[in-house]
Order: sequence, then C-alpha cells, then structure tokens
Amino acid sequence: MIYNVPFLAVVVLIAIGAYALLFKRNLIKIAIGLTILESGVNLFLITLGYREGDVAPIYTNLPSGRGMVLPVPQALTLTSIVIGVAVLALILSLIIRIYRKYGTLDSHEMRRLKE
Amino acid sequence: MRKRIGAVVFLVFFAFLLLSVYDLHEFGAPPSEMDDYIIKNTQNETGANNAVTAVVFDYRGYDTLGEATILFTAVAGVMVLFRKGGENEE
Amino acid sequence: MKSEGLSPIVQTIAGILFPMILIFSFYVIMHGHLTPGGGFQGGAIGASAVVMLIVAFGAKNIEKKIREEKLSAFESIGGVVFIAVALLGLVMASTFMSNFLVGDIIFGKIPPFGSNLGILNSGGILPILNLAVGMKVIGGLSAVVLVMALASKEEKNDI
Repeated sequence: MIYNVPFLAVVVLIAIGAYALLFKRNLIKIAIGLTILESGVNLFLITLGYREGDVAPIYTNLPSGRGMVLPVPQALTLTSIVIGVAVLALILSLIIRIYRKYGTLDSHEMRRLKE
Repeated sequence: MRKRIGAVVFLVFFAFLLLSVYDLHEFGAPPSEMDDYIIKNTQNETGANNAVTAVVFDYRGYDTLGEATILFTAVAGVMVLFRKGGENEE
Repeated sequence: MKSEGLSPIVQTIAGILFPMILIFSFYVIMHGHLTPGGGFQGGAIGASAVVMLIVAFGAKNIEKKIREEKLSAFESIGGVVFIAVALLGLVMASTFMSNFLVGDIIFGKIPPFGSNLGILNSGGILPILNLAVGMKVIGGLSAVVLVMALASKEEKNDI
C-alpha cells in the first residue's frame, strides 16, 4: 500500500477539483476547479502505464539493454489535454459574455435576474 | 439543508475513490500484451522510431481525426460568440 | 491605460526573438517521428510565439497586419490536407488512412531494428500528417487569443 503513492495523489487532486466545482459561487473559481479535475485525470492516465526501471519508448539513441514503458496511455493523454484546452476556451468566452450582460460574477445572483 | 445533502454526497464520493485505490494493480507492473506487440513491430510496419507518434497517427489515427474536429468546433464557437456589427441590420 | 503595448525595449527584443521561436517550432514538428514531439507540441510552441507578439505590441496594431480571417484560412488548409491524405490512402491501398508510402521513394526507408541514429527519410505518411496538424493548431490557438484580446479591450472604451 505504501507504493501506491501516485494513485493517492490522483485521488487528492480529483477531490480538490470536485470540491471547488460543487461548493463555490464565483464563476472563475468554478472554471479553475474544472481544470484541476482534468489535471488529475491526465496524471492517472500516465501513471497507469509505468514499468519499473524502463525508459521512454523511442528507438533513437536508446541506451543498450533497457526495456520500454507502455506507449498507448501516453497517446490517450495527448488527446485529453487538447480536449481540455478547447473546453476551457469556450467556458471563458461564455463568462465574458455573461459578465457584460449581468454586471456581476456571482452565480446565486444570476438565478434571480431572469428577464 | 441543501448544503448538508451536498456534503454527504461529496463524502460518499471521496470514500468510493479511496476504496478503488485499494483494488488497483500494483504500481510498476501493468498488464501489457498489446503494448509488447506494438513495441516489437513499430519499425517494420510504420518505419518510425517514435512509438508514441506511431500510435497516435497510425495505429489509432481515427481518434486524431476526431480531435482535429473538436479543435475546429471550439474555434468556430469562439468566433460566433464575439461577432460584432451584426446587431444593427436593416 | 496605454493600449499600445509595452515599452520599446520589450518591443525590440520580441521582434528579434519571433523568427527564432518559429524556426524551433518547425524543427519540432518535422522531427516528430524521430525525437519526442510531433504535431501538437510544435503547434503549441508556434502559437506561443504569436501570443508573445500580441502582448508586446497591443492587439489593435497586430490586427492591422494579420487579420483574423487569414489565421482562420490557415487553419482550414491544415484540416483539408489531413483529410485529403487520408482519402488518398483509401484510393491507393484498401483501407482508410493506411500507410501507403512505406517502401516507396518519398518517405519510405525502413530503419534497422534496435537503437540507431535516426533517418529523416523514413516514416511513411507520418511527416505529412504532422505538418497538417501543426498548421491547424497554430492557426486555431492564435485566432482564439486574438479575438479574445480585441473583445476585452473594446469593453473598457464603452464604460
């Protein structure tokens, strides 16, 4: 159980991100919580494919006699990072338009100003 | 009242995450049959030295096509939200 | 508030550094099948070079030189090249996006098994796809940052 420290770090990151997503009122803090949750998931994908004592899966100038780490989880993490960037760009654009219309960034005020 | 239900749900979720760490495989010895095949046959079939690039563009190229579509959709969405001069039409 | 950018020292250094960062990003994109890197990583480096220019000179001055329709067209050309090469694989061989250039003249050498120094001439259709994805990422991220910087500046003039 003492060797699973990276998995415990993933659990801490996901818990912090979920707490900020559920219990905060400011819109920018909710966006930051979503980004931290997504960083935790990317870290989990990379640490799934680690073999003890091996190097990166590239054949150019490989040191002789070493094995290789698994390459497929790294490819999935690349796609996940790009998707996170796209979602964050759309969320921030929507926050700019909401601030121009309502004048405040508090999510509890916006429920009452229905016009 | 609503905050108490939210706190209970969050604690149940956190306990479920901790319980699932206990059931995972040991860190440093993953099950790997597909990846052993990919590492052995990258240089014959694709001719590239980089196994990660070969997986992204050759063995799983269809996922990269979907990701290019997501990038295009996000840029189109931001352009639509910040269009000016279109409100005062005749 | 000054809307012209930062001081002249920063503007000079940004003008000197911009072509060097573009050349480095092109190197990372083209050597994607030999060293760590590839289309997405090199595209992010190139987009950060354009963002450095936007911060140093101000968004309005950059918008007079590089309009956002040209950046959008640059991104669309990258997407069309990606799909055209994939459909060409359907015509030449039998499956969609198959690697039909391995063993041919253009990019077709097969490297020997094991550790070697890296041959630029290898890789099949991988360098062409890397170039298409790199163009797409540079155009897309620069257009998003330019549009957001212009929109947030015009609000300060309204109030």
